[in-house]
Amino acid sequence: MLSKGLKRKREEEEEKEPLAVDAWWLDPGHASVAQAAPAVASSSLFDLSVLKLHHSLQQSEPDLRHLVLVVNTLRRIQASMAPAAALPPVPSPPAAPSVADNLLASSDAALSASMASLLEDLSHIEGLSQAPQPLADEAPPGRSIGGAAPSLGALDLLGPATGCLLDDGLEGLFEDIDTSMYDNELWAPASEGLKPGPEDGPGKEEAPELDEAELDYLMDVLVGTQALERPPGPGR
Amino acid sequence: MREADTLRPPQLMEVSADIISTVEFNHTGELLATGDKGGRVVIFQREPESKNAPHSQGEYDVYSTFQSHEPEFDYLKSLEIEEKINKIKWLPQQNAAHSLLSTNDKTIKLWKITERDKRPEGYNLKDEEGKLKDLSTVTSLQVPVLKPMDLMVEVSPRRIFANGHTYHINSISVNSDCETYMSADDLRINLWHLAITDRSFNIVDIKPANMEDLTEVITASEFHPHHCNLFVYSSSKGSLRLCDMRAAALCDKHSKLFEEPEDPSNRSFFSEIISSVSDVKFSHSGRYMLTRDYLTVKVWDLNMEARPIETYQVHDYLRSKLCSLYENDCIFDKFECAWNGSDSVIMTGAYNNFFRMFDRNTKRDVTLEASRESSKPRAVLKPRRVCVGGKRRRDDISVDSLDFTKKILHTAWHPAENIIAIAATNNLYIFQDKVNSDMH
Repeated sequence: MLSKGLKRKREEEEEKEPLAVDAWWLDPGHASVAQAAPAVASSSLFDLSVLKLHHSLQQSEPDLRHLVLVVNTLRRIQASMAPAAALPPVPSPPAAPSVADNLLASSDAALSASMASLLEDLSHIEGLSQAPQPLADEAPPGRSIGGAAPSLGALDLLGPATGCLLDDGLEGLFEDIDTSMYDNELWAPASEGLKPGPEDGPGKEEAPELDEAELDYLMDVLVGTQALERPPGPGR
Repeated sequence: MREADTLRPPQLMEVSADIISTVEFNHTGELLATGDKGGRVVIFQREPESKNAPHSQGEYDVYSTFQSHEPEFDYLKSLEIEEKINKIKWLPQQNAAHSLLSTNDKTIKLWKITERDKRPEGYNLKDEEGKLKDLSTVTSLQVPVLKPMDLMVEVSPRRIFANGHTYHINSISVNSDCETYMSADDLRINLWHLAITDRSFNIVDIKPANMEDLTEVITASEFHPHHCNLFVYSSSKGSLRLCDMRAAALCDKHSKLFEEPEDPSNRSFFSEIISSVSDVKFSHSGRYMLTRDYLTVKVWDLNMEARPIETYQVHDYLRSKLCSLYENDCIFDKFECAWNGSDSVIMTGAYNNFFRMFDRNTKRDVTLEASRESSKPRAVLKPRRVCVGGKRRRDDISVDSLDFTKKILHTAWHPAENIIAIAATNNLYIFQDKVNSDMH
């Protein structure tokens, strides 16, 4: 599963870190956690909460109580991290702290937007006229079209797109921050749809539209501050 | 409550291969029902005490087993509906039959349990096996008579209350009027009439217009034991709302709101999660409410909304471990709580198969363990202690050795006597006082 694989990756990276998420559980002498700078501790907590949110949303029928509690906790952590965005500490190799913080802040905004639209979609699920909506790990062919497109778009965004951003994207950025990040696999699903391949049947015509929305969305987020000012793009 | 050494070694019932998900005594305590993750209900009956077999006085034996719910598939949403029994509630007995309500995430069922210990014999038209007789052989008429037979317990589904809930049902509660009951899911509470299955009244709806604004869900609810118009529901934010059905059709506005202000010295990112109420129970007297949140049990006086009148620490040593418990999701575990018959002692479960009892009068508390060791015939039931560091006694358990996979989430107390039922994964432990019950 996506979250499990991700967890292993992060373990490797954070082994050296005294505040690694898994160490809290394994190491009884974790007094360092209590004394850690709040900004640092909350950054790891933030990641953990995002993971939990992801995992919760991947359930076919999320436990609403669990979801709401995790979201509220995430909001608390975000609120406490907002002032910390101006400070240097980030628990990772000191690549470009300001860019990373910017991304973190903007990904928070993006996450809020995604969470909001996802919770919105939960209310759509209640409507019996909706077709079943497979979540992130389903293949694209499972998409239904028609009136459900906008909300589905948001759901999908939380899947591969935001997932890539927060999981692969964040890590990739910490490791190697340069303009090539705009050209890596983040864009693969979207770019595929953009190419007007002759072999693609009429069924594929829907996909470019959705991918363009994804593209806009990701652009907003990566550019950072502009995400907070621009009105919602066409896909919403 | 007497000390642990006055309790007999418990009866250990291996109920099923499945995890027990709910336990409930009926109103007399004669019957004890358990529901499990596989949708089965097992009912135990207390053997009448007899002088002939004093050592098996008042023990519980299996009375009936039936499949209450099956896994279902919702084709429209492409979702499987779990058959796990979330709650069982007994109806007050009104005739020879017993009735109970059992519910999974979506559907509530009314089951009728009847006994058959006689059967008619001597039919005129049918023979012993039920086949029609050859009429030419019938020369005289006889009146069929009832003859005793081996006891047979029959269970039949009388009502199925379906399609009332979009979200997962977390509680059901029978009204004192014995005609209606309510069912609560994460966002709504419905009122049903026991005889009507095709409609229900929505009495609480906390679903926001925009799901983006969702910040709170309903976690438990219960009718007042005596006032048929009053009920309470708890939330994930730790508040309790007492509602009066006479005030309005839709009880979104509470009559009373019970909330304790957050303790600033204990504030953390997890404050909200640990304040989420997992269970609420009215006292038998109807004057108090008992709530369980992650670390404490609280007694509330219905006349005082500002704060609970009593707070008991269940396992405060976990307060410094909240990060880890958040990571492994244990912080979301939902423990139940229970009153004893006289409302003087309260009980709740914990980890490592421990459960705790608090005497409200003496302010003493005890921790006991539901384990196979303790259920052996000559076992001495001894109180357990969790040490946090510092001085450690011989049999103490350290916090870090606690087994968090062994959780006592479901417990029940006999309505009148000192008999408790503890569900530990797929085992049921029934603890009773050593002393003969009629000496109380």
